Amino acid sequence: MLVVPCVLMTTLRFVYQHKLRAFDAVGAPLLTVFPLATMFVVSSVALLRERRTGTLERLLTTPLSRLALLGGYALAFALLATLQAVLVSALALAVLGLSVVGPTAMVVVVCVAVAILGMGLGLLASAFAQTEFQVVQFFPAAIYPQMLLAGLLVPRQHMVGVLHAISDAMPLSYAVDAMHHLGRQTGVAGALWGDLAVVLAFAVASVALSAVTLRRRTA
Amino acid sequence: MIGRRVDSLAVQVELETAEPPAVAAEDVRVRRGGVEALRGVSFALGTGRVVGLLGPSGCGKTTLMRALVGVQARVSGRLGVLGKPPGVPALRRQVGYMTQAPSVYADLTVRQNLTYFAAVRGVPHAELDGLLAKVDLGAEAHRRVDALSGGQRARVSLACALLGEPRLLVLDEPTVGLDPVLRKRLWDLFGELAAGGVTLIVSSHVMDEARHCDELLLMREGRVLAHDTPSALAARAGSHDLEDAFLALIESSSMPGASSVEDGSPRDAGAR
Repeated sequence: MLVVPCVLMTTLRFVYQHKLRAFDAVGAPLLTVFPLATMFVVSSVALLRERRTGTLERLLTTPLSRLALLGGYALAFALLATLQAVLVSALALAVLGLSVVGPTAMVVVVCVAVAILGMGLGLLASAFAQTEFQVVQFFPAAIYPQMLLAGLLVPRQHMVGVLHAISDAMPLSYAVDAMHHLGRQTGVAGALWGDLAVVLAFAVASVALSAVTLRRRTA
Repeated sequence: MIGRRVDSLAVQVELETAEPPAVAAEDVRVRRGGVEALRGVSFALGTGRVVGLLGPSGCGKTTLMRALVGVQARVSGRLGVLGKPPGVPALRRQVGYMTQAPSVYADLTVRQNLTYFAAVRGVPHAELDGLLAKVDLGAEAHRRVDALSGGQRARVSLACALLGEPRLLVLDEPTVGLDPVLRKRLWDLFGELAAGGVTLIVSSHVMDEARHCDELLLMREGRVLAHDTPSALAARAGSHDLEDAFLALIESSSMPGASSVEDGSPRDAGAR
């Protein structure tokens, strides 16, 4: 959760040992993948465990509202995500020599937004799974396409029309755009806020959708 | 027959008690996966009683309990819990539910589980020690739940259901896997709670436990076969042994043309 992203980031740094400019170009956008992936897995399995052990059913017979339940999840995971984001960004920026032109605090902000997104998608996925085995299968379906099309491998504007359109519909693309922006420009321009707003909108929508799919009464 | 006189007595008792019945079911049906899990269940339960819900596995006990706590989908018919529709927010504070599998967090300690569910139910933490003593887990308070025995886990789950002094307790097989001493202690606890005005619905498939109950609801294949006191049920089947009485009732109900499916309150609900 905290150690693995740091180790991976360090590995990446040595992969680009002789191409540090390339590390600068790839490092910041890649920072968004860690919170998305880890939060998706952790939150989907956590909620599924509540379903499987019956603790969710018990919680739903208490005065607790469904929104409060998911809000609690969101708060807890957002805190964890902030810790992760701060740790990995600090390591990348201070120790590994990743250079970002824009304000470094915004790097952390984008990571936290992506983490909340990952959590929302994870909570949503758990509604469609009966077992842990099923829910981890949602991971490649929900996360890999975003990683392929977000502009991590090839800049989005170079993609063929259809893929570009799909990429436009995926939230991670906007997070990667935001990171590219921070890598190249010093100020925090409107486009950056726009990208951040899209990521957060997707995050809020997925948490809201999971609240809808979380039924108090089940068959 | 003598039944008629006792019937009118039961009606009278019901009229005298002004408060609504703890649970009133009228033609309650539940469809689960294309099958009717409850096929028209009707009964009324008075407050402050220990009601045993008995029957073979798969007869609809858990479905009925889930309907009572408001987590069962596709419930038709009329179902009233403490005078309200099941699961409404006002009720969730007054109803305690213990699921069949212990629904507690295995990676937390006993006390952490209770603290968490107490917070969710808005119960002051000062109550927790008393509760732990009630279920005989005082010594295990700081142990993780996954290090406990099955019977101990069940009691953690029970303690969580008891939080906040609910007026109705719905307990799905709370005594399963417990040794006779503990089982006796829990039934004594249920009796004490009932004496304090709490209504308890306790399911079991161990017929032997039926004698601890004030009333019994015997279910089979989604229907209530009988609703009566243990002694009356035994007398009806002409046997002292409740297990024999149940078998006799089940046999007579599966005979073609038999109509032992009942509704309403037990014949001698007033005579406790």
